[in-house]
Amino acid sequence: MLTLDQLYVNYGAIKALKSISCHVKEGEIVALIGANGAGKTTILNAISGIVPTLSGTVTFLGETISHVPPHEIVKRGISQVPEGRRVFANMSVLENLEMGAYIRNDKSEILKEIDQVFARFPRLLERKKQLAKTLSGGEQQMLAMGRALMSRPKLLLLDEPSMGLAPMLVAQIFAIIQEINASGTTVMLVEQNASMALSIANRAYVLETGEVVLQGDAKELAANPEVRKAYLGE
Amino acid sequence: MGDVLQSMLGYINPYYLQIIVNVGIGIILALGLNVVTGLTGQLSLGHAAFMSIGAFTSAIITIKLGLPFSLNLLLTGFITAAAAALIGLPILRLTGDYLAICTLGFAEIVKVIFLNLDITNRALGLSVPAAHTTIPLPVVVWVVVVLAVTFTTFVHNSRFGRALKAVRGDEIAAEAMGINVTRYKVQSFALGAFLAGVGGGLYAHFMGYINPSDFGFLKSVDILSMIVLGGLGSITGSVIGATILSAAPEFLRFMATYRMLVYGGLLVCMMIFRPNGLMGSINFTDLVLRTLGRKPHLKKIMEQKSSDTSRTDNGNS
Repeated sequence: MLTLDQLYVNYGAIKALKSISCHVKEGEIVALIGANGAGKTTILNAISGIVPTLSGTVTFLGETISHVPPHEIVKRGISQVPEGRRVFANMSVLENLEMGAYIRNDKSEILKEIDQVFARFPRLLERKKQLAKTLSGGEQQMLAMGRALMSRPKLLLLDEPSMGLAPMLVAQIFAIIQEINASGTTVMLVEQNASMALSIANRAYVLETGEVVLQGDAKELAANPEVRKAYLGE
Repeated sequence: MGDVLQSMLGYINPYYLQIIVNVGIGIILALGLNVVTGLTGQLSLGHAAFMSIGAFTSAIITIKLGLPFSLNLLLTGFITAAAAALIGLPILRLTGDYLAICTLGFAEIVKVIFLNLDITNRALGLSVPAAHTTIPLPVVVWVVVVLAVTFTTFVHNSRFGRALKAVRGDEIAAEAMGINVTRYKVQSFALGAFLAGVGGGLYAHFMGYINPSDFGFLKSVDILSMIVLGGLGSITGSVIGATILSAAPEFLRFMATYRMLVYGGLLVCMMIFRPNGLMGSINFTDLVLRTLGRKPHLKKIMEQKSSDTSRTDNGNS
């Protein structure tokens, strides 16, 4: 479904990504794990077009999207939940969701979609008229995910969904990610919380300073002694 | 009809009439900047430059082409908007302070160009002949004000306006929603400039004489103060802010020496006590709908909210 081939990204003189190659198959949950500055977020931003790529290609559903502007990429079916949630603070929950469906025009379908999001996140329904900035961190994360789902993505990119959340909420968010995946959306996930990410992912890539150092089945990686030592705190 | 209106205006003291017209032009300019800075969140310190482009364009159209005034204003608006789109395309990729400095530089360039062009009569300034219309100018100004308020209210509540608010809220998130951020910024810039151009055209014909130095940095700051005083992003606020700040210099004339002191003090107090401006983000439509009972009163919303929170509090405990 999505293939990255020898992708290079520079921030000025700093080489953020060095020859990254990876792929996501339809229906999978793929996790990218690694330390700070390993290039996890940069990969997601390169896929969704926010960061320009230096060389290499990103292919989605058979089309090269390396130089397509971000708003076009959304229309092709990739939706990103940005790091730090980035909800529209001064808009209500409902308005945030409506913004998520901005590229769509079918009003009745959008309303159905909103109902589905509310069914998935009942907390949002309770707070539907509240301004997004008054929500708690976990609720904002739910809102950001709900908003991303409003564009009906084929591939959902999640950047650090557990950031700044209480452990109980993290478990809840990850359960929802699995639900979303089960209902047919492919998920690519960036996480600091490696054990959590590996527990729900099918496959994973381990990144270090802009390069893929390990890859494979998530369960095998979770059992790999090196990974356990470096990322799972053993 | 023109004669009747003219004779009616004859009953108004010319001094007050001038203030009324200045207030009207101020409102048009403030509404324009409010689209750019209030709604889209792009700080522009060069709004007066678009006003001057509009003023000179409109004056030259009257002198050279002699078009009817309504057509003249429309054409002026579009030419100013086109100029804004042209300059906006490169500079709107900048954000925050950098954009502000760029618009400031642009305004100075426009001033210097007009000071050196033959067609604008260089530093001597341009005498503007009477507008080609039978309707007296003060009436035209206020008709344009009503149109501008209606139009910007419509923009605020449209799909387009929602995209602009999203750009103001968070550019990266807006981009992730599939909004072409640069395009919307340029469009809002052009829209703001359209109103500035029309305002400038009215100003030129009302004053009868324009000089490039009339549209300097201070004029830009004046307009910015109007929308900050009224409340960024609020149409009602822009109208009130423009009214107060356009009329204030006249009403404070008796203490002319201390005028700027009062003016400065007023803004400082504003920033301390109402940092969101007089009207915050309250809008005409909301007020009207509320009085008609179409939208729930704030009180009701608050009640509902408090009952909601108490319910969830119970759930948590």
